[in-house]
Parts: sequence; C-alpha cells; structure tokens
Amino acid sequence: MSSVLYDAPGPKAIARSRVLSIIGIILIAAGLVWLILVLGAPTVSANGAVQPGLWSVTRWDVFSDVQVWRTLGQGALNTLRMAGVAAVFALALAVLFSFGRASETRWIRVPTTIVLEFVRGMPVLLMMLFILLVFSTGSFWAGVAALSVYNGAIIGEALRAGIKSLPRGQREAGLAIGLTPIATRFRIEFPQAFRQMLPIIIAQLVVLLKDTSLSFVVAYDELLRSGVYNLSNFFGNRYSFSFFFVVLAMYLTINLSLSWLARVIARRSRSRGH
Amino acid sequence: MDAIIENLPVFLEGFRNTLSLLAIAGIGALVLGIILAAMRISPVASFRGFATVYTELVRNTPLTLVLFFCAYLLPYLQFSPGYFTLAAIGLTVYTSPFIAEALRSGINGVPLGQAEAARSIGLTFGQTLSFIIMPQAVRMVIPPLINVFIALTKNTSVAGAFFVFELFGAARKITNLRGDEVLAILLAVAVFYLIITIPLGLIAGKIERKVTVLR
Repeated sequence: MSSVLYDAPGPKAIARSRVLSIIGIILIAAGLVWLILVLGAPTVSANGAVQPGLWSVTRWDVFSDVQVWRTLGQGALNTLRMAGVAAVFALALAVLFSFGRASETRWIRVPTTIVLEFVRGMPVLLMMLFILLVFSTGSFWAGVAALSVYNGAIIGEALRAGIKSLPRGQREAGLAIGLTPIATRFRIEFPQAFRQMLPIIIAQLVVLLKDTSLSFVVAYDELLRSGVYNLSNFFGNRYSFSFFFVVLAMYLTINLSLSWLARVIARRSRSRGH
Repeated sequence: MDAIIENLPVFLEGFRNTLSLLAIAGIGALVLGIILAAMRISPVASFRGFATVYTELVRNTPLTLVLFFCAYLLPYLQFSPGYFTLAAIGLTVYTSPFIAEALRSGINGVPLGQAEAARSIGLTFGQTLSFIIMPQAVRMVIPPLINVFIALTKNTSVAGAFFVFELFGAARKITNLRGDEVLAILLAVAVFYLIITIPLGLIAGKIERKVTVLR
C-alpha cells in the first residue's frame, strides 16, 4: 500500500506492523468479548428485581411468533414504499431545480436560488412537521413531500454542477445546429450531466432511504416505529433490545447492499467514461 | 406574529440548547473522528480494518435509530445521565465517521510527490507531516468539515424528538400552544436554523474558492 505518509515498508517495518496488528486484533477482540459478556450478564435493578442478560432465551423467544415477522416485514415495506415514492418525486424536482437555477432569465434564477438555499439550510424533520401541520397531509405524504423537496434540492445542485462542468462547446454546438436553448439543455447538456453525476445521485438516494426513518417522529409506521416501538409496547420492554437488534440488522442489510450497488454503478460509469 | 414575540424566551432557550448540542457533539465528533482517521491511514492492518468496519456500520445506520438507542435503550441498560447527554453521545457517534472520512480524503488528496520530495531531502516523519502534508491537507479539509458541521446542525433537530428541548422541541411545544399560528412559528424556527447554516455554508464556499486558486 502506497500512502502519502509512508514509504513502501521494508522487511523490518512489515514485521513490526504485523506484530502490532496481532496485538490490535487481540485488543479489539477482547473489547468485543467484554462488551458481549457485560450485556449478557443478569442485572439487578434498583428495586432488587433480577433481570436476565440480553442474550438470555427469554428475551428472544418472541421471534418464534409469525406475527412479529409479519410486522417487521410490513415496517420494511412501508419504509421502502416511502423511499421509492420520494425518490421519484425528488428526481423530478431535481430536474426542475437544476433548470431553474441554470436559467438565463433572472426572474426564474433568483427565486429558485433563494428557495434552494432555504430548503437546503433547514432540517428535514422540521420540514416534515411543517408540512404535516400546515397542509395536514397525513404522515406518509408529509414524509414523502419533505424528503422529495430536500433531496430534490441537493440532487438538483449536483445536476447543475454537472451541467456547468460540461465544455462550453456542447451548448454552442447545440445552438449552432438550430436547437432552441431549451432543447439544447434537454437533449445535449442534461443527458451528459446526468450520466456524470449518477454516482452522486445514487449516494443521495441512499441518504434518502436512511432519512425515511425520520418519519418515525411524525408517527408514520416505518421500520423503526412498527418494528421496535410498537412491538416492544405490545410484547413488553423486556424484548426492546432484541427488536432493536433485528431492526438494525435489517436497516444495515438494505443500506449496505444499496451502497454496494452505488459503488458498482460508479465504477462502471467511470470505466465506460470519457 | 404575536405568538412569536410572546414566546421569544422559549425560542431563545431552544436556540441556546441547539448551539450547545452542536458545540459538544461537534467537539466530541472531531476528537473521535481524528482518532478514527488516524487508525484508517495507519500501517497497522487491524486498526485499519476496525476503523473501516466502524465507519461503514455507523454511516449506514439512520440517525433516528442511533438516537432511539441512546434515548430508550441506554436508560434501560441502566445508563442514564440525562437526555441531553444521551443525545450528545448519539450525535457524536453518528457524526464521527463523516469527520474521519473528510480528514482522510484530505490527507490522501495531497499529491504523493510532495511527501516523497520531503522525505528525499531528509525531513523526518514528524517534519514531513507538520511542514509539508498537514498545511496542505488542512486547507483542503476545511470546506468538507464545515459541510459536516452544517449537517450536524440540522441533525440536532432529531434530538428534539427524543426528549431534548432544543429548537425543534421548542417548535413542537409552541405549535401545541398556539395552533392558530403554526406557519409563522415554523418559519421563525427555520430562520433560527438558517442563522447557523447559511453563514457556515458561505464560509465553506469562500475557503473552497480560495484553495482552488492557490492550487
């Protein structure tokens, strides 16, 4: 591995870093084992009642109930549904925003810029509450609207940067062969900018998927609310850690596979590239 | 409008709590992020692996899940130093990998030839780091770092949903009291957030332009 900080290591340095590495592995493993043991130990609460450790069977036996899995699956579906709908709207808005922002008419460009700055500087959660209370849309559409506007603004900026980074000749050539400015933008500049910015757009869509969990706060039954909050209210707090653990695993599976997909697409579009 | 004026102390208290959450979690995440970045670029493979796994896991976990864990499950595990501290811990943990990534990409962004030239004229490791690499890396790192802090500012609003009284909590409380002026109240809260985020964004943009001119 070549790095800015180090020369390629010689035999002595390799041996030394191997020893350090083994010590590191032992330290990390010891830390993990300690954590597992501490979590697994039975605890005594303030009133003297003894609670079983977190790995005890009595905390995990709910998972033999089919209804639990059905609820978890429904939660995951709700999360994915919100993410899917919001992604479509976000992309549409992004196109609008990027055109407005790069427009040659001042009366379109300046208001779009102000709206974009406002939207990008504001928490998504506040926007969700805002839409829920002002337009009383219900929690699903409040979540979808806030996520599409926010992510649309960010993807729109990425698209604009993509359009701006194209060689000037592209636009000039389009105009020179008699296309209207709008047609030039749509048929010449936009497809190139989109392809160039595809990795960033997909990464932002992963962020959108993660942010659907914010709709927990406006009481939408997504994975976190239905899988951890509702289930542990129903079956008792004893199981809340187990439910959390499973929901975390589900989130990580979905997000890590999407991130992996994003990386594959990024690599492919780069190798096909320019 | 009068709903805002008569509740101004509540807004200001929320704003103060947002700022202190931002400061505490920001400093914590910076410290943790520097440690992670150091592990990530160290020649020791096991540290590198640990930091990589930590970064990937935390970055792919939604913030709401992290704060849920802090607010509901840590007290259940009999660790309860108060919701403010718990939220600060959650935000620190969540933000640290983003800081580590910004630092790492800055250091790796210094051209290899710079370090090789420094070593070949006989500078020691410490000298190479402090005279050649760091001055260049810091400049490139500051704009992305500011962007991480802008994101952190916006993320503190999630803590408001988990029993911390900051700007978002203030918004919820006052909209409950004054249902007739929801729009004005929410706009006022948005302005408080923009007071933090827009100047930070302008500074980041300015520094970014300056650095690109220098290179």
